[in-house]
Amino acid sequence: MPSAESPKLSRRRWITTTSGVIAAGLVKTQADAIQLIAQEAPTDPTKVPGRLVSEIGSRAPGEQPKRLIRAPALSSSSRTPLADLMGTITPADLHFERHHAGIPEIRFEDHELLVHGMVERPMVFRMSELMRYPQVSRIRFLECSGNGGGVYNRERMPTEVTVQALDGLLSTSEWTGVAVSTILREVGVRPGANWVLAEGGDSAVMSRSVPLEKVMKDSILAYGQNGERIRPEQGYPLRLFNPGYEGNTSVKWLRRIEVTDQPTHTRDETSKYTDPLGDGTVRQFSLVMDAKSVITFPSYPYVLPDKGWWEIRGLAWSGRGRITRVEVSTDGGRNWSDAALEGPILDKSTVRFRHLFEWNGRDTVILSRATDETGYVQPTVEQLWEARGIRTSYHQNHQRAWKIARTGEVTFGLGDLV
Amino acid sequence: MSQLSNWGADVEKLFVASLVVVILMAACTDMSETSYSGQVTSAEIAMPGTELGLPVNAPDRFDFGVEASEQRVAMWDIDVRPDGLGLPEGNGSVQEGRNIYNVHCIACHGPTGTEGPNDRLVDSEQWEDVPTTRTVGNYWPYATTLYDYIRKAMPQLTPGILTADEVYAVIAYVLWMNEIVSEDAVMDSETLPAVVMPARDKFVMDDRVGGAGIVR
Ligand code: HEC
Repeated sequence: MPSAESPKLSRRRWITTTSGVIAAGLVKTQADAIQLIAQEAPTDPTKVPGRLVSEIGSRAPGEQPKRLIRAPALSSSSRTPLADLMGTITPADLHFERHHAGIPEIRFEDHELLVHGMVERPMVFRMSELMRYPQVSRIRFLECSGNGGGVYNRERMPTEVTVQALDGLLSTSEWTGVAVSTILREVGVRPGANWVLAEGGDSAVMSRSVPLEKVMKDSILAYGQNGERIRPEQGYPLRLFNPGYEGNTSVKWLRRIEVTDQPTHTRDETSKYTDPLGDGTVRQFSLVMDAKSVITFPSYPYVLPDKGWWEIRGLAWSGRGRITRVEVSTDGGRNWSDAALEGPILDKSTVRFRHLFEWNGRDTVILSRATDETGYVQPTVEQLWEARGIRTSYHQNHQRAWKIARTGEVTFGLGDLV
Repeated sequence: MSQLSNWGADVEKLFVASLVVVILMAACTDMSETSYSGQVTSAEIAMPGTELGLPVNAPDRFDFGVEASEQRVAMWDIDVRPDGLGLPEGNGSVQEGRNIYNVHCIACHGPTGTEGPNDRLVDSEQWEDVPTTRTVGNYWPYATTLYDYIRKAMPQLTPGILTADEVYAVIAYVLWMNEIVSEDAVMDSETLPAVVMPARDKFVMDDRVGGAGIVR
């Protein structure tokens, strides 16, 4: 390509230009000048040899999405930056975390899984042995049932909250491992068994009871995530993965499965992860995650720079199967239109939805609502208040809203609607 | 799961294999992604009750692991159920528990179990419609869960250091602070499961189902 002058600045021109802008009083220091020129005339990558291959890749320097940590503690969480992500798969290093006693250091070679209880043959499996069994992979979401707890209280509806802070206890991965049914077939479940107790090898020895029918149906003893071995934060070297169930039941660092006739009623299925319904009862073993959707763009703190065409984007998922429909409202819930769903629409996985919208520059509130294959429609917060009272703190899957102000500023908008 | 005889298993495999071939042929006309997700996608044994089948030629048993000895199971089988199954021998009194608590728990749960900084352990105030706090005293449905949890997870920085007697004792003390047992109570594998927790009957099984028009 003929070019009168190389876009890459020669040293002389560089100096004259920087001193030129400084002399012109545009900027004060040489560093500022360099920055200014770099913006105006970026280095032409077609004229400079690039970086060499590397054993481990890294993100572009300007792209550094991070998990959000509120309070570092042994029993704590970090949240997935949903607004920074595209498609449905969560990069493994951005998968949300929820630990009850930190992340244990476990060596692959040392880890063992004990399967016992109401079985013909109690057995111990080393990781290398588990990996020899037929291998399955499924793309599935994982969500903490405490996700979204911050937007249930009418008196304390936030406005300046990011989708990450709000609903970032949600991630999607391809999970690889051996079917629980394969291992239970191996040990031989005895008649009368109804539940399993899954127990972790962390220092909280976190344990949950899961119905036998569920783990037989589609649960995985997962050692892989998005093509690599599961990360320590996700339970390395082995976790239980219960598709569609609240995240806490997918016990990490899994070291023991006991087949039982009744639930064990551990602390995390009695004191925690239960739902007081406002009528004097407490709902227990509320394991399935109901259908839900969130708009990830536009969301706080994004500011729409101008009116015109914008694509509303978000994620929808259901613990009961596939998402069949997502509707979007751009007028505070008065009118709804079907959003486009980006396939493949997988069972108990997130689906990306999008809806093109011409913003007229006026104040408005946008919402989304998902429907799953059972016909269940993501409820409004009023419907949940009505059904469950106002004191539950898990499974708050109600419709979310973002308010777009005429300035283009986007804030959480549910407070404006209730 | 019932143990199929070899003959039965083989017949089932053959039957399922031919069924799968038929399904696959039918599926070829409609190459939708549904076959990817959770369905039997190749010649597999469709085991009853599972979406995750096995290859048709899978043996009845692979036997890759090793049989677990009784000692091995006993070493790790540390959970405790409401009926008391899993509780070890030993016992501890409220008086003994006071000392254990003041040494091992007070720093994080406060002098009377209410001050924190971590979880509040004591509230004997009961509730009608909605809980004001969710503590051992007014929310926990089973006292046995205290054994299961404390043995596994507490004290948080040094879990597992308490002896069986000490765990029973500190439980007795926590229950006493919550006005659930008397000051002369002694906890052991008989008395602990017999403790009736105030919130016991409040707990009900999940009744949510999917479906149109249903919000629970
Ligand atoms: C270093 C601080 C620390 C110490 C010491 C400690 N705990 Fe805890 N305890 C915690 C934390 C933090 C939690 C909450 C953990 C979580 O939510 O995963 C907790 C939770 C509990 C709970 C469950 C509360 C509920 O309602 O769910 C009980 C019971 C408990 N501790 C008992 C004890 C006893 C008994 C001792 C002494 C033997 C003790 N703890 C010592 C920090 C501590």
